[in-house]
Order: sequence, then structure tokens, then C-alpha cells
Amino acid sequence: MTLLPKALLIVAALGLAACNNPDRYGAGGAGDGAGGFGAGGIDQNGLGDPNNPASIAYFNQSVGDRVLFAVDQSTLSPEGRNILIGQAQWLNSNPGYAIIIEGHADEQGTREYNLALGARRASAVQDFLISQGVQPSRMQTVSYGKERPIEICSEEACYAKNRRAVTVLSAGAGV
Amino acid sequence: MTLFRTLSPVLALALGFFIADAGASHAQQGPLRITITDGVIEPLPFAAPTFVAENGSAADYAAQITQVISADLAGTGLFREIPESAHISRVSSFDAPVAYEDWKAINAQALITGAVSASGDRIVVKFRLFDIYSGQQMGEGLQFAGTPDTWRRMAHKVSDAVYSRITGEGPYFDSRVVFVSESGPKNQRQKRLAVMDYDGANVAYLTDSSSIVLAPRFSPTGNQILFTSYESGFPRIYLMDTGSMAVQSLAQQEGTMTFAPRFSPDGRTVVFSLERGGNTDIYQLDIGSGQTAQLTNAPSIETAPSFSPDGSQIVFESDRSGTQQIYVMSAGGGDAVRISSGAGRYSTPVWSPQGDYIAFTKQNAGRFHIGVMRSDGSEERLLTASFLDEGPTWAPNGRVIMFMRESAGAGGQSSLFSVDISGRNLRQVTTDGPASDPAWSPLLP
Repeated sequence: MTLLPKALLIVAALGLAACNNPDRYGAGGAGDGAGGFGAGGIDQNGLGDPNNPASIAYFNQSVGDRVLFAVDQSTLSPEGRNILIGQAQWLNSNPGYAIIIEGHADEQGTREYNLALGARRASAVQDFLISQGVQPSRMQTVSYGKERPIEICSEEACYAKNRRAVTVLSAGAGV
Repeated sequence: MTLFRTLSPVLALALGFFIADAGASHAQQGPLRITITDGVIEPLPFAAPTFVAENGSAADYAAQITQVISADLAGTGLFREIPESAHISRVSSFDAPVAYEDWKAINAQALITGAVSASGDRIVVKFRLFDIYSGQQMGEGLQFAGTPDTWRRMAHKVSDAVYSRITGEGPYFDSRVVFVSESGPKNQRQKRLAVMDYDGANVAYLTDSSSIVLAPRFSPTGNQILFTSYESGFPRIYLMDTGSMAVQSLAQQEGTMTFAPRFSPDGRTVVFSLERGGNTDIYQLDIGSGQTAQLTNAPSIETAPSFSPDGSQIVFESDRSGTQQIYVMSAGGGDAVRISSGAGRYSTPVWSPQGDYIAFTKQNAGRFHIGVMRSDGSEERLLTASFLDEGPTWAPNGRVIMFMRESAGAGGQSSLFSVDISGRNLRQVTTDGPASDPAWSPLLP
């Protein structure tokens, strides 16, 4: 657990059930605005024991829940493919989970383009998982563009971690 | 008041303004003139003695209105206020003759005199503009009337008249800006829609921060706002009525995300980006019928569409060449012509309200710029440079651009800036806190 960034633990604790709203970032609004939108519904899943190979914690830490991308690219690296092969094996062994694939970009780009780039990345992961036998009906994609960096410095060390696609599990398919 | 003759009530609609002829002098084009597109200019010195309070309850309004007018004009960088402490003449009556020699002596080139009266739920503001060196009134006097809560707008109306007469450009002070108000650190940023006057006053929040909201855009009449929200969990475009605050979703299609919406000049059509299966193209939606049509069809990213002011063309960005570049196509889609040709990446093109320029964001050599070019790509001019400048929006007169600037690092924050199309007068727009994604309204009625 100590290897995980703190922010990851916080968001992982908000893993969504199949409420069809993947926005892990939507809660926590100040709620003092003049009407408008309410918070998306959020259910909580236990992370489970990281030593249990069927747990979300195991998937996140041992299988690896994310792949990283080069600047402005959505091509999967060999390391990324290996992680996704592991994800596909895990998902095929644990059919009770649905997934949301989040695409993200670093801050070195304009907002609209980064939304589209994040979608490309999420889609690249989705296509690869499908090629590995994961049922398309279990998957959704969403792009956050540059809206939700995990690292906040303005250096390549942070950018490299922010250019990512994260596979978020939810106990959506009958678990 | 006997001098005032009510003119057409055309402008009386939204907030109860009306305008009256406030003097008998003839409109004339004096020698007093600023040309905004000149490279470097010396700000024109003006005097705006505190407007005369015509009754006791008008005193505060008179002082505040005069301050807002001076701030509007000085804020353009084109004018310089001569402080009241340096004035020789005192203006104690709106109709008193102008002591031109006294104003010449302190080098004032323009003089703005005015008066305010207040009674019940109504205040009346009137003003005159004088060209000191030619010793003549410049244009006719005008009068504005409205409820007391519109006093800032009346001040902006005065500033707009002065600005337009001296520069020959259209007015823009009486306008609003919709933007995204931000709080929280970069990795947990909270965003909500807000509107404010162009100068940062009168902020009102339109949504709470429970969902990420992005890139709001005013309709051509200013009574609707398009924006993108994660309210459904996915980025999708919505339409808000600014009067009722009612929100409707647009162009919902399962398994897609929609973003980057913008109105056509007639307000009937929305162009936007739709992503499906990882590919983003440009679509249009007829708001009345709900019909959508696909305008681009390419495996590359096509986004950030913006109509020409006559509605016949759309400028947008695409990475079909390998990097983001700016293209122009017919409003009906079809072949597109690339217009950006310099080094680096070009994005977020926005056609000016006058049609004479396209503003854009440019990334090159690790920096971001806001720039303008002609619609054929010629005469490219970069106006700013920083770690991250993005998302230009045009003032109603097409002579000033507002944009967001984000600072670098873990504590990086967004703020709003404005700059002339000549690259002069870069300044931060006052907001309560961090702010991004500004979009200027049309001039208010």
C-alpha cells in the first residue's frame, strides 16, 4: 500500500458501482451554487484484501490499473500491452466486474484537444482488451482530458504519469 | 430636464434603459481620434470630474458612476485620466459653459461631464463629451435611465459612447463574460459556471461544483449558454437559459462524448465535437428540430469549431496533418483548407465578430501564445506568451481578446487576462478566485 500515491487511495475508495455514472471526481461539490446540477450518484465498493487475487486492490496494485503514453500519442507501449494482457486475464477470470476506462492527458495541450486525446487513449485500451477476449458490453470509456492530473508538478516526471489510461473496476455485472 | 427630448425607445427593453438627446449641439467628427491598430500610442489624457449629483440621494451614484467610467476608459490603455486634484475648473452644473482654457491648461484633450439624479427606483445619468482642443462638444449628449441596480451598466453605456466616438470602434464595456470559476488543487479542481460584467463586477454563479464544467459559450443574443458538463459522468453538452436557469441536454447519444459547442450567428444551430470509438469529428445540431448532421469525417481529431460571423464558414482545428492546425470549411462541411502555416501547433480558433481576424492558441517551443491571423492565414501576429495561455474570446467590438492564463507548478492556478489585438494593454481581469474558459457576451441591449 505504501507504494500507492495518496490520491489514488482516495479515488479508489470511491470506486463506483454500475450506476452508469463513472465520474469518480464528481462528488465533494461545495453545493452552495445557485441550483444547477446535483452530484452524480456514487456507491462505494470495498477494495478488499490486496492478497486476494479477486479483489479490486489486487487488480489495482498487482495487475496494474493503468498504462502510460508518450507525448501526444495514444499508441500502446510494449509495457502497456503487458499490463493490459494482465488486465484482460484478470477480467476474464472475474466476470462480475464492469470497467470504466478513463483517458487522461497532461496539461501541455488545449482543453478540447486533450479531451479528444484522452478519448483516443481510452479507446486504444478498450480495443486491446476486446482483442484479448474481454466482452465489449463490460466496458465504457470516458475522457477527462487534462482535468484530473494525478501528479501536479509541471515537469516531465509528472506529465509522464498523467498521460494515462486507468481501468476502473466496478462490481457491475452481478458481483 | 426641459432640454431633453425622448428619442425612440428601442433600447428600453431589457433593463429599462432609455436614451434621450441631451443637448442641442450637432454631432461632429472632431480631430480627437485614437486608432486602435496603431502600434504604440500615447494614452489620450481626459478629465472626468465627478458627475453632478442633482439631488442628495444621487451623490453616491454620481461618485461611483464617474469612477467606473474612468476605470473603463483608463483600462483600455488608450486613455489616461487626469486626476480631479489637478483640475482647475469645477463643474457644478451640467449645463454650465465649458471653461476650455482651464482644461487646456492641464493638457486634457477630452472632457466628460455628467449628472445623476435619483428618485425612488429610478436613476437618470446624462453626459456630454467635449473635444478641448477644437473647443467643441463631440457628438450629442445622451441620457440613460434605469433602476438603481443597473448603475454600473449605465456607467458602461457612457464609457461605450465616449470610447466609440473617440476611437471609431464599436462599444464593448456594457457586456458580460461567462467563465469557469475554479477552486482546489490541480488534481481535485472544483469548477462551476459563473457570469460577471466584463470588468469582473457582479459575479453570479450558475452551477454548483458537483460536476466538472467546461468552456461555456453565449448565444448571439446572450440569453442562452452552451457548456460541457460531466453531470452524466461523461462530458456532454448542455444548454442553459440564463433567465430561468433551466438546463437541457443536447445531442445525447449513448457511448459518445460531446464537447466544444458553439452557436451559429443566428443562434439556431450548434456546432460541436462528438467522440465515438476514440475518434472525434465535428457535428451540427439544429436546436429546433433536434436533427444532427456530421460535418467532418476523418480518423483525426476535429474540434473547436467556430462560425464566421456571416454563418457561411466554420473554422476549426484538426491534427489530420500530424499536429493541431487550423482549417476553414463551408458551414455545410466538405473540403477544408488549412490556413495556419507557421511553426508549432495551432488550436481553438475563434472568428472575430467583425470577421476580420481569427484568434487562436499557439504552442511552440514549450510556450503558449494567443494570436490573431486573417481568415486566409496571413498577417499572423502573436499577442502573448506564457507557460500556458489558452482559449481566446472576442470582445463584442472585435478589438480586445480575453483568454485564460495558467501558472506552472504544483500550485498553478488559472486566471483571466485581456489584450488588445495590437498586442498592447495586457492585463489581468479581476475575479474572486481562479478562473478559466472565458466567453464574452454580445453587447447588452
